Amino acid sequence: MSQSQPTLQIEDLKTHFLTKAGDVKAVDGISFNVNKGEVLGLVGESGCGKSVTGFSIMGLIDHPGKIVGGRIIFNGTDLVGLAETEMRKIRGRKIALIFQDPMMTLNPVLRIDTQMIEAIQAHENVSRKVARLRARDALGQVGIPSPDERLRAYPHQFSGGMRQRVAIAIALLNKPDLIIADEPTTALDVTIQAQILYEAQKLCRDTGTAMIWITHDLTVVAGLADRICVMYAGRIVEKGGIDEVLDDPFHPYTYGLIGSVPSRNKRGSPLYQIPGMTPSLLKLGSGCAFRERCSRADEACKNMPQATKPKPGREVRCFHPHLETS
Amino acid sequence: MIAFLIRRLTQSGLVLLVMSLLVFIGVFAIGNPVDILINPDADQEEIERAIKALGLDKPMWEQYWIFLVNALQGDLGRSFVFNIPALQLIWQRMPATLELAGFAMFLSIFLGIPLGMIAGLKPDSWVGRTIMSGSILGFSLPTFWVGLMMILLFAVYLGWLPASGRGETVDVFGVPVSFLTLNGLSHILLPAINLALFKLSLTIRLARAGTREAMLMDYVKFARAKGLSNARVIMVHVFKNIMIPVVTVLGLELGNVIAFSVVTETIFSWPGMGKLIIDSINVLDRPVIVAYLLMTVSMFIVINLVVDIIYSMLDPRVRLGDMKS
Repeated sequence: MSQSQPTLQIEDLKTHFLTKAGDVKAVDGISFNVNKGEVLGLVGESGCGKSVTGFSIMGLIDHPGKIVGGRIIFNGTDLVGLAETEMRKIRGRKIALIFQDPMMTLNPVLRIDTQMIEAIQAHENVSRKVARLRARDALGQVGIPSPDERLRAYPHQFSGGMRQRVAIAIALLNKPDLIIADEPTTALDVTIQAQILYEAQKLCRDTGTAMIWITHDLTVVAGLADRICVMYAGRIVEKGGIDEVLDDPFHPYTYGLIGSVPSRNKRGSPLYQIPGMTPSLLKLGSGCAFRERCSRADEACKNMPQATKPKPGREVRCFHPHLETS
Repeated sequence: MIAFLIRRLTQSGLVLLVMSLLVFIGVFAIGNPVDILINPDADQEEIERAIKALGLDKPMWEQYWIFLVNALQGDLGRSFVFNIPALQLIWQRMPATLELAGFAMFLSIFLGIPLGMIAGLKPDSWVGRTIMSGSILGFSLPTFWVGLMMILLFAVYLGWLPASGRGETVDVFGVPVSFLTLNGLSHILLPAINLALFKLSLTIRLARAGTREAMLMDYVKFARAKGLSNARVIMVHVFKNIMIPVVTVLGLELGNVIAFSVVTETIFSWPGMGKLIIDSINVLDRPVIVAYLLMTVSMFIVINLVVDIIYSMLDPRVRLGDMKS
């Protein structure tokens, strides 16, 4: 494997939910790469397909969802259409997932050690004792005090922040190449959030683990991610280095998102809102999904804009990007 | 834990006291046993002697007081009919009922939970639908009718299984049981299935609902994201969670099965407590009725206690010390 090959390469991925009411195109042709040791921020409103992207990579899409097209190339292997037994070997070992709500991700009736040891033993033929030691070390690594005792505890004996640390520790157990973090700090206090962000970043730098950080919160990715993908209605509308995109957004949607983040120098003036609501994924027309809410939309937007590269390393899917501001 | 037990036992004592009072008043309302027990040709003197001997000449509150004092010494009175202690009479019949109830519970748990889980995992498949339709039948068909039909089919037409009695029994620790002999097993099968049918349907529904709910939970998705095999996710993560409601409901139902196996026992002439209580009500054998009802209440109390203890073992979030009652 060459050094330059990205850990994960997604090409034109399409995940649709084939419901009775019609096809819900939750993810409709997205492409991005994540390199070794890199944090990619995947940003968008609720229902834009960010989580479905994560579950698609894991091969854990609930019925009636289905990957209907595209490729997910992970370390050189295409995960789309991979047999379930092969996929199971990758899950938790090569790719780990951290969920949004730490209150819900740990099984309430099983002790922490059970839930950690099984994660190790699912992939490696090691004794309980060895697995237990590794579980203890992983808890220590994410900053849980007296990990030996805590292993014997049940999830309800932990606070929310501690539970998320446990979930992260479980994700780290098998030293995965890629971690998909699906809004892992949304349910946490700001102070705990900061600690977890710091630890996640440190982890990627130290171990070379690639990470996809899914969030709706631009301020979270601002300090964490190296690159950012902005999703809207199942498509990536803008892609680029984190600082460039945040300082100089091209797509009107990204522009609106950044404008609606409260900040000190906007104090006193009413906060900007993107007008309208996320469109129903069932009723998407053929054109740009954002055109109903966009101040720049015109006749041209009734067609789907193709991704263009106005600058090196930047990509935008819009007929009228905010290029003049730069 | 100790504090919980003490509190629970105190409450149980109160429940028993109130219950005994209600039962006592209740049996007085049913009728006067003298009318049934004493030969109508007997002369007045003889009748009065009999009333005195049975202690029925005293006012009700005094009878209750005597009963209560005796009960505290473990004596629940003598059967008017058999002239042996009521408790002994019930003890004699209890193993048969317990065996029948236990066998029925065994069937409903070991068939119901797997069937319910299958139905919950594949709710839209024909297997799942068949299981659920079957459970609706189990719920809605009256027990006595199913019992009669089973006798008609398996005992009369096909002649495969006997229709009544306990068959051959073997003594285990001095208690006669049927299910250890082939003949006894053939006798217990029909009544046990009959008695189990309702519980089986209930278990299937509980297990199915629990499974469907658990499968949607994040912890199941997380378990799968850890790379666990489907078998482990279902047998450990889902199973342990659905056991919480199943144990709670089945624990309470166990009391019901024991206490109210009356219908099944009557239909299949199973010589258990259920048949005894029906016979006793028919002849107004007050001490037996009272003793039976108090036994039933005690049984419910014990079962509830055991359920709470098992529940606390299954669900780590429940600690007995924190429970109020």
